[in-house]
Amino acid sequence: MNRLTVSPSPHDEQYTKTSDIMLNVCIALLPALIAGCIFFGMRSLIVTAVCVGTAVLSEYICRKLMKRDNTIGDLSAVVTGIILAMNLPVTIPLWIAALGSFIAIAVVKQLFGGLGQNFANPAITARIVLMVSFPSAMTKWVLPFEYRNSVDAVTGATPLVLQGMSADKLAEINQEIPSYLDLFLGNVGGCLGETSALALLLGGLYLIARKIINPAVPFVFIGSLALLSFIAGGDPFYEILSGGVFLGAFFMATDYATTPISTKGKIVFGLGCGIITFVIRHFGSFPEGVSFSILLMNILTPYIEQCTRTKIFGAKEAVKDEK
Amino acid sequence: MNKLKGIKLKHRKNTDNYATIHLPMPQKVILPMVMHMGASCTPLVRVGDTVKVGQKIGDSDAIFSVPVHSSVSGMVTAISDYRTAAGVICKAIEIKTDGKQSISHEVIPPVITDKESFINTVRESGVCGMGGAGFPTHIKFNPKNEIDTLIINAAECEPYITSDNREMLENTDDILNGITLIKNMLGIKKAIIAVENNKSDAIKLFENALKDDDTTEVFELQSVYPQGAEKVIIYNTTKRIVEEGKIPADFGVIVINVSTVAFIYRYTQTGMPFITRRITVDGNAVSEPKNIFAPIGTPFVDILNFCKTDIEKLKVLISGGPMMGMCVPDINMPVVKTTNALLAFSRYDNRKTSACIRCGRCVAVCPLGLMPAEIDKAYKIKDIDDLKSLKINLCMNCGSCTYICPANRKLAETNQLAKALILKK
Repeated sequence: MNRLTVSPSPHDEQYTKTSDIMLNVCIALLPALIAGCIFFGMRSLIVTAVCVGTAVLSEYICRKLMKRDNTIGDLSAVVTGIILAMNLPVTIPLWIAALGSFIAIAVVKQLFGGLGQNFANPAITARIVLMVSFPSAMTKWVLPFEYRNSVDAVTGATPLVLQGMSADKLAEINQEIPSYLDLFLGNVGGCLGETSALALLLGGLYLIARKIINPAVPFVFIGSLALLSFIAGGDPFYEILSGGVFLGAFFMATDYATTPISTKGKIVFGLGCGIITFVIRHFGSFPEGVSFSILLMNILTPYIEQCTRTKIFGAKEAVKDEK
Repeated sequence: MNKLKGIKLKHRKNTDNYATIHLPMPQKVILPMVMHMGASCTPLVRVGDTVKVGQKIGDSDAIFSVPVHSSVSGMVTAISDYRTAAGVICKAIEIKTDGKQSISHEVIPPVITDKESFINTVRESGVCGMGGAGFPTHIKFNPKNEIDTLIINAAECEPYITSDNREMLENTDDILNGITLIKNMLGIKKAIIAVENNKSDAIKLFENALKDDDTTEVFELQSVYPQGAEKVIIYNTTKRIVEEGKIPADFGVIVINVSTVAFIYRYTQTGMPFITRRITVDGNAVSEPKNIFAPIGTPFVDILNFCKTDIEKLKVLISGGPMMGMCVPDINMPVVKTTNALLAFSRYDNRKTSACIRCGRCVAVCPLGLMPAEIDKAYKIKDIDDLKSLKINLCMNCGSCTYICPANRKLAETNQLAKALILKK
């Protein structure tokens, strides 16, 4: 007589696993990676490979040291590696890229308990750590297609820096304020994966279509930033197409672990990101609007979560204690 | 709130077109004294007694209980302790069948004169909700408030199960007569037959039959699980919200399963109590899926053999649907009043549970708007206050959260444990 398995209901299951979700995010990041290779050369791939390799290795070693299950199979470390690489300039020394990846996985993620437990986005936090530790290496931008002509690539300013320059200064460095089209395609200076709004948008729409991310976050984030820019008399299109807005809005502000669960909470989160990005860009001295906004909102997430719980069908409102 | 959330399941209604056939008479039947929700019955027979079909063999003084009748004629061979699939310990009467199926003299059409005698008749029939929960029907028929709407639950939202659908196709008139009877007896003006739109044949039958009737309407539900859940079906058909701590009758509604309605009508005509039920037999270990009529008390193994099941390969046996049904630990356990389906599988879910990634899918599918991921966290640290404010008590265990979880976390199970935890304190 064979023994029957007894387990609580439900007995039916669907087959989307954590690793499927992560794999879809990797797929969604491919267009931006390809764009990075086109504009900044094959070194983009090398930087990405180093980041991914270090991330996976760090995850493996951490889990081993902590005597926990091996979790590299869930592909979340791969996602973190790719996203971090996209946040780095293509000229970054490889050891710095590897260090960033190690910080993201070992310090920001595994020390807090691993997948789903970290309070801050690993890639964003690692980028900020690198930015503070190696400011010159982290801001050594090359112009698109420079890798083709010279041994030493010509460095140039990013659109956000260019926007703040006077006409004389622009002439001096021999650069122009880029057109909307260049900004949209990504034909501008910047981190290797952040410049092409088109590629990031494609990936983001893919994730929305596959129901991996909730469109509320990127929509509210980008929308509120554009609106604030418009109200302040700025150029909303330039605002949202430059810097890391699309990368941040579609791939980092939608991170499951570090953002609120409910749609209400996600809207608050996106709004906060938009406002903080605007404030930092226009009143701050650090060129880190998107990264800091997401990190700050990550920290606020538990509080947002408390205030934005879902409405429960038929529930009686909690009776407040009368004193 | 406009639309309650839910999940689209694969229907797998393989047996939709399989007319119900009778199972050959089993050698013996086992009749537990608890087959409904409520108090256990006391056996009225002793070992060695001969019993006939329809004879009452167990009853209770408790109001929240229904009697048990013999489904066969034969001899009582044992009365022993028995553990139901839900874990309740009660007595069970084992009867060896004599194959004659001679009918008891107790089986006579009941005399119904008023509401009170009708409710008593319903109790005496031994019927309880046939949809799966087994709530004693006569209790529902005795509300404190005035009822304006009778909802006939014909959603049958669980995959595989087609027994209610077959009842609708095979016994349409019994259902309509039953509705009229209940409406008249309880003074209810309006009835709604709520059917999921994947049962178009049944919907057509009802629509044709009800052309000239403006007190009973057919309501097409979307095929989204769990449409058949009581609170969900009430909201979707009447937009009424059954509040926490209240029952449907408080909002003027009674919900009753479609097969139960048809049975009640037949009982009033024949006096034959609830001793046979329709069961959908399906699952990947079953080579001949069927809809069968089986005497209540039939050991599952007889049904599995009748439907050519590879018992050697059997790994999981479920009484009920795959979402809310209960695992059967032993193939010799019997059909009970709430067995609407028997599903046999040669595989089981052996995926590992991994960490919650906070993707929010469980929150996105919960029809009641609960937050299973948060409940899971609060349960882990035994935060009673937070569990209460997360309204864990409202969870109806539909299983949608566990179903959708990419990390294979057993959220519905945790919810039940959390419920027990807040009751303890």
